[in-house]
Amino acid sequence: MSDHEYVPSSKFGKWFNDRLPLLSLASHLTDYPTPKNLNYWWTFGGILTFCLITQIVTGLTLAMHYIAHADMAFESVEHIMRDVNYGWLIRYIHANGASMFFLAVYIHIFRSLFYGSYKSPREIIWIIGIIIYLLMMAAAFMGYVLPWGQMSFWGATVITNLFSAIPLVGEGIVNWLWGGYSVDNPTLTRFFTLHYLIPFLILGLVVLHIWALHVPGNNNPVGIDVKKPSKDTVPFHPYIVIKDAFALLMFMIVFAFFVFYSPNILGHADNYIEANPMVTPAHIVPEWYLLPFYAILRSVPDKLMGVVAMLSAILILAALPWLDTSKIRSAVFRPLYKQFYWILVVDVLVLGYVGAMPAEGLYLLIARVATAYYFIHFLIILPILGFKEKTIPLPLSITEPVLGGMPIASAVKKKESLN
Amino acid sequence: MSEKKPERREFLFTATYAVGAVGVGAVVWPLIDQMNPDASVKALASTEVDVSSVQPGKTITVLWRGKPVFIKRRTPDEVAEARAVKMEDLKDPQKDEDRAKDPEWLVMLGVCTHLGCVPLNDKGDYNGWFCPCHGSHYDISGRIRKGPAPTNMEVPKYEFVNTNTIKIG
Repeated sequence: MSDHEYVPSSKFGKWFNDRLPLLSLASHLTDYPTPKNLNYWWTFGGILTFCLITQIVTGLTLAMHYIAHADMAFESVEHIMRDVNYGWLIRYIHANGASMFFLAVYIHIFRSLFYGSYKSPREIIWIIGIIIYLLMMAAAFMGYVLPWGQMSFWGATVITNLFSAIPLVGEGIVNWLWGGYSVDNPTLTRFFTLHYLIPFLILGLVVLHIWALHVPGNNNPVGIDVKKPSKDTVPFHPYIVIKDAFALLMFMIVFAFFVFYSPNILGHADNYIEANPMVTPAHIVPEWYLLPFYAILRSVPDKLMGVVAMLSAILILAALPWLDTSKIRSAVFRPLYKQFYWILVVDVLVLGYVGAMPAEGLYLLIARVATAYYFIHFLIILPILGFKEKTIPLPLSITEPVLGGMPIASAVKKKESLN
Repeated sequence: MSEKKPERREFLFTATYAVGAVGVGAVVWPLIDQMNPDASVKALASTEVDVSSVQPGKTITVLWRGKPVFIKRRTPDEVAEARAVKMEDLKDPQKDEDRAKDPEWLVMLGVCTHLGCVPLNDKGDYNGWFCPCHGSHYDISGRIRKGPAPTNMEVPKYEFVNTNTIKIG
């Protein structure tokens, strides 16, 4: 770590910093040595921070107009859309923001999987990340319930009923979650409370996530340890800041496209029908970001085992640093893992697709094969691959592959003369 | 004295932990229990339904404790069909006689035992109900025949107040 002793230049700065070392923290963050070969897949941490702040700001403003009551929630959302100044904008940003948040988090997670960022010494960063991901799913699910449309109501019914699969105490737990004998007003008010709370829990965990990151420093596309600070690193500011800012702008263009041109494409039309406990919509689907897990749930013909499989699919990720026995981090140097990685990506996309389709016939068969493969990847392929795979030799430094293994000083010169 | 002192300290520690644990429990339990169904929810425990206008073969749906209840007036053919099913064909074996007090009237919670959706009337492979959410098929007695649901649709506590009125709950 580059924690050279920081001394503020001004007298007041020194006085303040001796009492609360905020300036030292700021100095650590700006000078933080970052591997210079980070590619654009590394910009999603910053993008995710932006997403979280966007959700908190738009959420706070929506909460000023929303009414968490079963008789009024649906109307109050329409009131936001029609009457509140810029209410439509704030709500569309919030609703699409959830999708953008998950889009970014999936890229962030799959980047980690490709470059082995979860491996020693970064296991704690990874596990905190998984907890954040779980909280995100909880927040998104409860947020989807708040407009009190048909999908809100029946989504809440189906998901809370998952707990009824627990032997003996299941029904008691479900009634406790509902605060009654069905999803109703007590359920709505507590979901609103928790939906409000969770983003701040996530914020706290993000601080821990970054703190844990700053202990070993960033992984990088080559996946080898870098000496810090050295020729292999650049200070976070301005080099990474400007790269993150550029990527964020690109991301915001995609975000804005959804908000302004197709704000409802990721939602479901049935949620513009007010909740009706007497009628279940013909086809209940969760939001797109939960579909792979939904497919796993439905692929198992037994209720309890379906729930167990779905939860395991998420929790298995927490054990990944120990399931992957290879010491080589980056898939760039793991020819076999690289292929299995892409098969896993396709497998998850297939699960997402069949999750949106009716659970019958060929779809069900595909869901079962894809579910089985998902677990085989983590429980069988990864542990064995670490022992069997012939990896490509690692370079000595992150500068070496760029310069083709030539002596560093002369290579730099040669490159400069070419420019 | 020097030997007695640590014993007294250990006692104080243990006593403090014990009182502390009871105190934490006493504080946490109300915070957990407040989420359970409250008095006003429990007070809506029973509903009386007038079934005089239901035609044979038809089903009405009423709300009880926030959940739909199916009341089906079955034709003699349907009753015969329900009673002809062999127990070994059932996932959750239960005689139709044990599910309907009066064979003509089938009263049950219209809630799929899989994940709580409302099954559709007169649908599915068994001439009964079909749950659109995850594809569970129920027969004319509301028994699970095919699909992920583990048990038959639940029969609530009910009684005939008179020939035209059913009290649920």
